[in-house]
Amino acid sequence: MARHIVARTSEIPAGGNKVFGLEGRDIVVFHVNGEFFALLNRCPHEGAPLEKAACVARLTSPEPGIYQRDRVGEMLRCPWHGWEFAMRNGQSWFDPKRFRIRSYPVAVESGAELQKGPYVAETFPVHIEDNYVIVEV
Amino acid sequence: MSDVIDRPMLDQETTAATRLKIIDCDIHPSIHAHSDLNEFLPKRWQQHLKEYGSHLRTPYIGTTPYPRSSPLIARRDAWPPTGGVPGSDLEFMRKQHLDPFDVEFGILQVLDLFIFSQQNLEFGAAIQRAINDWQLAFWAHRDPRLKASILVGQDGSDLGLAEIERCARTGEYIQINVSPRANEPLGRRRYWPIYQRAQELDLPLGIHVGGYGGHAPTGGGWPSYYCEEHQSNAHTVASNLTSLVLEGVPERFPKLKIVFIEGGFGWIPATMWRMDQHFERFRSEVPHLKRKPSEYVKQHFWFTTQPIDEPDEARHLRQLIEWVGIDRLLFSSDYPHWDYDDARYAFKTPLTEAERRKIFNANARAVYKF
Ligand code: FES
Repeated sequence: MARHIVARTSEIPAGGNKVFGLEGRDIVVFHVNGEFFALLNRCPHEGAPLEKAACVARLTSPEPGIYQRDRVGEMLRCPWHGWEFAMRNGQSWFDPKRFRIRSYPVAVESGAELQKGPYVAETFPVHIEDNYVIVEV
Repeated sequence: MSDVIDRPMLDQETTAATRLKIIDCDIHPSIHAHSDLNEFLPKRWQQHLKEYGSHLRTPYIGTTPYPRSSPLIARRDAWPPTGGVPGSDLEFMRKQHLDPFDVEFGILQVLDLFIFSQQNLEFGAAIQRAINDWQLAFWAHRDPRLKASILVGQDGSDLGLAEIERCARTGEYIQINVSPRANEPLGRRRYWPIYQRAQELDLPLGIHVGGYGGHAPTGGGWPSYYCEEHQSNAHTVASNLTSLVLEGVPERFPKLKIVFIEGGFGWIPATMWRMDQHFERFRSEVPHLKRKPSEYVKQHFWFTTQPIDEPDEARHLRQLIEWVGIDRLLFSSDYPHWDYDDARYAFKTPLTEAERRKIFNANARAVYKF
């Protein structure tokens, strides 16, 4: 898996996302509650662009009339037919056996670490005080 | 793999010239601002629209059927970057839908202002005139791919007939639209003058789901959830299909073509089987019917494909299509609404080239005579 430095952490606002073309695929990186998640920018149902998805909470109900919210902001609701996916692993909440969004490992590393590693971005302006979002594809 | 569903595609490899062009029978344009209608609306009704707005059969002040599932029932990616509501910006519609999908013709279905459900019949008639004119000026005249329908509130049938005459004279409209949620089931005789005129003019009758009639949308009463109500689109179409057939509309108007829009098609086979079965037993109650109900369905009715049914196994969809009849189905996307169908991925079952040609183009070409 190739590691790509895609952005500074500050470039993807909390609650927002950004799309990157990596190795011929559009990959969308979400920033939620201080964490970053990278997914293929395409819903496995009919192909809607997930960058337009709503970031919602997981809503569960132990019985009719009682509702619980958790994983706030971590569930994606597709912009078209509303299928929901867990951002953390791309798992469908609707039909987990058949549908997943392809997800990619994401890391945040500081400029200092990057300089030491094999992926020094020679063509990339590295300010060692910054954090960088790295997606593995 | 991210996805284990069989996913046949329209052939994207072939060049644009040989690629299958699509006739999309359900595209929703929206009014950017009510003031866009001013040039088509007499002052008296402009004022009325401002002061009283719509008078619908919804129970509380300010009740609006929207949002439903998502703001303005739209795809979240369909809000034009220039502002305005989904479906209101022709440029963006071209870029997002008409051009990439090679839409040869797109049939406009206007839902704004719920003209079919207006209780003030004169106001409803003024709005229907304005919207019919607006469809040409703002859409069809600006993009020749887009085709307008004559919207007619059938419960004010004199006003509706006058509107049909006015629009038909232009030769620019491709069908006459009525509501599936009228005061009475669609087969009743009070609506026959409209069907007669549609037959004489050789304009198909289009019936798009939705609207607010005076009755609960399901036979079981008023549903609690949108999820529950959305199911009723299919029931409503099924009961109107039954009414039209059993009251003898196709028998009386043998050249009339009727298109049900946005009701899906999964329910059709069972409805036909059941009608035929009952017809055997109750023939003497409906002696005006000369043929089995399913024969009328297979000759006079067409159905747009969206929202497409998605059985667990792809072969069941295939079976369904065969039961309904490949020549009965007209592709529709429902752009820009949330339950939009993407022409490339909606049919999760293999279709031959000839079948795709029929569903995506040839059937609609024959019905609407493009
Ligand atoms: S395309 Fe995502 S739910 Fe249908």
